[in-house]
Amino acid sequence: MIEVDGLSKRFVVRHGRFRRERHVVDAVKEISFRVERGELLGYLGPNGAGKSTTIKMLTGILVPSAGRVSVAGLDPSRRRIELARRIGAMFGQRVQLWWDLPLVDSFELLRHIYKVPADRYHTQLARFRDVLDLDPFLHTPVRQLSLGQRIRGELTAAMLHGPELLFLDEPTIGLDVVAKQRVRDFLVEINRQEGVTVLLTTHDLGDIERLCSRLLVIDHGSLIWDGAIAQLKERYGGERTLVVDLEEPAPPLDIAGARVEKVDGPRQWLRFRGSASELTAQVAASARLVDLQVQEPDIEEIVRRIYAGER
Amino acid sequence: MVEPVLLWRRLVGAQVRSQLQYRVSFALDATGAFLISFIDFLAVLVIFHNVHRLGTWSVREVAFLYAFSSISFATTDLLIGHFDQFPQKIRDGNFDILLVRPRGTLFQVIGSDFQMRRLGKALQGLLVLGFVIGSLDIPWDAGRVAMLVVMVPAAIVIFGSVWVVGGCLVFWTTDGGEFTNAFTYGGNFLAQYPVDILSTWLRRFLAYIVPLAFVCYFPALYILDKPDPLGLPRFVDFLSPVVALVAVAVAGSVWRFAVRHYRSAGG
Repeated sequence: MIEVDGLSKRFVVRHGRFRRERHVVDAVKEISFRVERGELLGYLGPNGAGKSTTIKMLTGILVPSAGRVSVAGLDPSRRRIELARRIGAMFGQRVQLWWDLPLVDSFELLRHIYKVPADRYHTQLARFRDVLDLDPFLHTPVRQLSLGQRIRGELTAAMLHGPELLFLDEPTIGLDVVAKQRVRDFLVEINRQEGVTVLLTTHDLGDIERLCSRLLVIDHGSLIWDGAIAQLKERYGGERTLVVDLEEPAPPLDIAGARVEKVDGPRQWLRFRGSASELTAQVAASARLVDLQVQEPDIEEIVRRIYAGER
Repeated sequence: MVEPVLLWRRLVGAQVRSQLQYRVSFALDATGAFLISFIDFLAVLVIFHNVHRLGTWSVREVAFLYAFSSISFATTDLLIGHFDQFPQKIRDGNFDILLVRPRGTLFQVIGSDFQMRRLGKALQGLLVLGFVIGSLDIPWDAGRVAMLVVMVPAAIVIFGSVWVVGGCLVFWTTDGGEFTNAFTYGGNFLAQYPVDILSTWLRRFLAYIVPLAFVCYFPALYILDKPDPLGLPRFVDFLSPVVALVAVAVAGSVWRFAVRHYRSAGG
């Protein structure tokens, strides 16, 4: 569905008022990956890492500086219009609906922009009204919608023409828990039921953990991870933490195969690999143990480690 | 060919409905535009209060030129006047949205706004034209009527092309609305006056580079049956439609080139 090969984007930025200095910024540096039809893929990275730039090259908004891109078999920037019929895009921070008009008017306009046949439009809209519960605000001007309602409207707008591939840039940004859940349910539904390939960028690790089976991580313009989330956890999260409460404060425990990360009074945090019960036995042998707890690394922690450059 | 026009009507219809959501604001805007354009015409009258001829041109002849330029300018303004808002779209990255839709970007920009209040200015131009045609003794033969019918659309296309090229600059500068205004409002101002009163280099510039002399000046020479003070051959008076076609082709190429240099905005 998507093939990216050595893709780069370089911006030339000029600074200064009089003596203009040229700065070359490599927003995306030679990244390569493939996405198969029907995948639901997360694209993660800190601010300014190159996520949006990548998406913009995949959708034909930006022309790449170097490398090869093929989306649905097309070169995005050269065959933008053809591609636009087959993909949907939603940018969480941009408004594509008509601000002063009732929500349904925007859908009607988009139907004509995308030349969606009337009967198909009506079945599609009926479905989204149901799944995203649009009816309470379908005739409300967009400017009066809450953020959550507007995002549901934007998702409908991106999906009305029945795209095979959906790009979402920060779809859940600023949403409350309930609204986020609704958006996630919707994405799972279109992915499973219709086989729509979904690529989403996000800062929200909850989105990633609940939705995506595969994750791409980009930092400073380079792809630093491409693989399943389970693998990522295994590789970066192989170490778990055993929290032990001792009867009284003690110096850091000295146990083979574990290292003490933190000591707080009688409580100590031990990072370890392998079996927890073996470690527990060793701790119990060297100190008087009151309580213990094993912590699995969460994805947030893992991503923090990746960003920090831990390999 | 028909389908894009229908779509354009829908897009424009949506804009009109949006503007009518704020009725008082709309009424004030339209009245304001109408009044401001009259003050504009007062400027022409003030000049002629002090001088009675501009080169070989009389008051009424200049008013004729003024009326034509105004009508063409106002119609262009009505159709694509929001080009002066366009830098904002580039700056905040909202141009992105147009690029992910299966339509030409220039078409979408043109359809993205439509300011009804600008009807005020076109109305004023029509009033002046009616008055001037009544007072000028023009022998209306087939050629003159044909010229009258062709010159306004040609003028609109030339104005429009110049604006589009001016607007393209923001793809590089990101913020250059004022420079673009020099082409739009400045162009209208120049087109209102007879080109032969201007200095030679400015005349050449308007005839050969930014073809605003073809907006009103050359067609008006023909209708008013004035000899060309610049001594160009007579057929030049009929070139406006050709110039319009060339201008639109150039503008289209510049636009396509510019869009490939779009850099979007962060976020």
